[in-house]
Amino acid sequence: MRLTVNGTLHEVDVEERMPLLWVLRDELGITGPKYGCGIAQCGACTVHVDGEAMRSCQLPVADVWGDVTTIEGLGTPDAPHPVQAAWIEHQVAQCGYCQSGQIMAAAAFLARTPDPTDTDIDDALSGNLCRCGTYPRIRDAVRDAAERLRGG
Amino acid sequence: MGRIGRIARRSFLIGSVAVAGGVAFGTWRYRTPYANPLHEGLPTGAAALTPYVLIESGNITLITPRADKGQGAYSAQAALIAEELDVTLEQIRVDPGPPSRAYWNTALSEMVADFTAPGDGLINSAAHGTLDAMMKFAGMQITGGSTTVADSFTKLRAAGASARETLKAAAAERHGVPRDRLSTGEGAVVLPDGTRIPYTDLAAQAARIEPVQDVPLRAPSEWRLIGKPMQRIDIIAKSTGTLTYGIDREVPGMAHATVLLNPAQGGARHGFDASEARAMRGVKAVLPVTGGVAVVADNTWRAIQAARRVQAEWGEAAFPPTMEAHWQTLSDAFTEDRIDSRKRDDGNVADRLQNNGIIEAEYRAPYLAHAPLEPISAIVQVNDGGAEVWTGTQIPRFVQGNVADIAGIPFEAVTVHAEYIGGSFGHRLEDEIVRRATEVAVQLPGTPIKLTYSREEDMSHEFTRQIAMARLRGSVRDGQVDTLDLGIAMPSVIASQMGRQDQPVPGPDSEIVAGAWDQPFAVPNQRVTGYRAPELAPISSWRSVGASTNGFFYNAALDELIHAAGADPMEERLRLCDDPLARKVLEAVAEMSAWDGTAPGDGRGRGVALTYSFGVPCAEVIEVTGTGRGISIDKVWVAAEVGLVVDPINFRNLVQGGVIFGLGHAMNCEITYTDGVADQNNFHAYEGMRLRQCPEISVRGLENGDKIRGIGEPPVPPAAPALAAAIFAVTGTRLREMPFSRQVAFA
Repeated sequence: MRLTVNGTLHEVDVEERMPLLWVLRDELGITGPKYGCGIAQCGACTVHVDGEAMRSCQLPVADVWGDVTTIEGLGTPDAPHPVQAAWIEHQVAQCGYCQSGQIMAAAAFLARTPDPTDTDIDDALSGNLCRCGTYPRIRDAVRDAAERLRGG
Repeated sequence: MGRIGRIARRSFLIGSVAVAGGVAFGTWRYRTPYANPLHEGLPTGAAALTPYVLIESGNITLITPRADKGQGAYSAQAALIAEELDVTLEQIRVDPGPPSRAYWNTALSEMVADFTAPGDGLINSAAHGTLDAMMKFAGMQITGGSTTVADSFTKLRAAGASARETLKAAAAERHGVPRDRLSTGEGAVVLPDGTRIPYTDLAAQAARIEPVQDVPLRAPSEWRLIGKPMQRIDIIAKSTGTLTYGIDREVPGMAHATVLLNPAQGGARHGFDASEARAMRGVKAVLPVTGGVAVVADNTWRAIQAARRVQAEWGEAAFPPTMEAHWQTLSDAFTEDRIDSRKRDDGNVADRLQNNGIIEAEYRAPYLAHAPLEPISAIVQVNDGGAEVWTGTQIPRFVQGNVADIAGIPFEAVTVHAEYIGGSFGHRLEDEIVRRATEVAVQLPGTPIKLTYSREEDMSHEFTRQIAMARLRGSVRDGQVDTLDLGIAMPSVIASQMGRQDQPVPGPDSEIVAGAWDQPFAVPNQRVTGYRAPELAPISSWRSVGASTNGFFYNAALDELIHAAGADPMEERLRLCDDPLARKVLEAVAEMSAWDGTAPGDGRGRGVALTYSFGVPCAEVIEVTGTGRGISIDKVWVAAEVGLVVDPINFRNLVQGGVIFGLGHAMNCEITYTDGVADQNNFHAYEGMRLRQCPEISVRGLENGDKIRGIGEPPVPPAAPALAAAIFAVTGTRLREMPFSRQVAFA
């Protein structure tokens, strides 16, 4: 099976129904996407497939229809994506375990909704669970990231 | 991570510098300070100037032995050392160091001793002496009790100062300049002519000279870092998916394992049939472990799939099959012979409650899972009489001992690499997963076994927060609260938790009444009695421990009496408050929320609560609105007294997180058991708070006290009672049982 992740083509020999998450983590060693619940309830595993935010724990690898981007492919410590830059600026993370998924969900959301209302933000990101309670800063960082992306 | 551990195992030159002992152990003094663990196997040219500073060619490493579960402990510890050492946080690396008695948590042991020994009139015990011995034995390198900053505040600055002055002494010797003419900055000693000698160039020389001890610490006016907003050292990695958590760790040759445990918590595993699992792709072995079966495979998902196909015969759980029976056990525990402590007995409660007009109520708090978002994992490799462990843990010394016992090897033969932790809330105070991983690893010697629990196995086999019940009897007089008699029944969380480490805990368990007996309200007739219920489901420390249930009970009880007296919840608390620091906290939230005793209108309602826990008075005012979709939690104002706010950003974040944690669980979380099996095993059934439900949270830290305190836990206890009071203000319904979703809907 062929899979393009963060611009690199990989050949993987796995069951078709293996969730993308475990192909990324255990077969390709890409550990930015996290395992949190395995049932699409927490969003820690969120990646982009063709720019669309997907719960990789519930996406069989055979159903991946396009290029996969993980948090590692969104930006890097030296060149963070504007959403990541906002996350750093606002010091959103505590344990940080959910934040890969939060950031990927926010990036896909803002690409679709460049000028979101507070309600839009709440609706878009309420599927991503944070057990540490970083929500106030997630809201701030998403608003900030929206401005950055609009070139503000 | 683990580099220090590897250094410790190699045999290089032993440095000559002693522990900065007098400071490190403070008032809890022992004849011999523990040896500096960094000296063992130190490379040539490296200097371990104290147990907290390691300088090698090119690198300055600060040792941060308290676990970072997300609370920013590594950053806070590094900043305290850096403040005196004169390095920037960009110049240093942190390493949690090896498990060692040198990293003993003095503040925690002092807190336990303070809160346990005095005032127990009913059970006479030698708790103090026994605890003392137990703690020394265990070398309590524990992260817990919101003690990291308190424990580190003097110790780590002293370590940094001692290291700095020793480096200056080395430079003085080399350049023939008196030490007092040298200065330091950004990782270098500066000569009078301005020449900078990097610390790393001085390491070898510094290691040969007697360390400079008892260095006076800088005055607060000189602080560069403490009290200023800091950037967490892990924030970039955590925002770019590049931080390696325990669950991400890869060790060469490692196999992926998971477990199928007896669904009935703690029950035995009898026979099992793994023929179907063994035939599945990638499965390497199916092996027995305590209470279950482990599947070892080449991929975590394959292991989880195969574990679900194992057929096993299970024994029963050792606790009652229905929740009704759990509650009945607590209800039956309110008897004289089950009195565990009566630390407060003011005025004459018995006489006052002879009168008419007694107000009575009963309160309940459920079992709760810690459920950090990172499922628990551990890597264990056993070979050649040694073992290596990679895991996130708050109890590295216990881990070391338990792995040694299971593998049948000496304590010293176990190396523990402490990993970054994706949340804990007390979960990582338990180490069953490491024990099970060791059981697998001894059956497959040489292979590193990475054991990962599925979310379902993790949540349904948690050592949960205690279940608890409280009963109020009280009365009011002349518009004031006159009598408050609160009885609290729960099993002993400390006995359950320490029992799993074979540690006896003598005497009363102060957690049964923590957050209730010790509150700063001088109700004239006031009694708080702890009743020790028999053990039920196994329980453990859950963020704020006893106060997590008792802060709700006490404030809810007080609110019922204040309401009966016709008084204002804020004014009456202020009138009763007999602690100046707590009073200022209440005054702060009253001011922040513009509390004036009037109803805010428009379907809105407010409640206030204050809990004194872990030495911190923390007050919260919560405002809710009754909407057509249910209760909306709109605003929270929080104030807490911590003596000194080390980092205002992290302080605010921890307070906000604590409030959200307290509210989310009070809203909709509980673990219930049917025939020993947890009814909730994933986040669909244990949701907590979601972003759309999150209120605005305003935070103020007060610095009036003379003791520095931690803030990880104290914001949790007041959240639930303040929410209940606000909902009462809107609906007129008293919520006496958590989670509140049993009675009200949330928007």
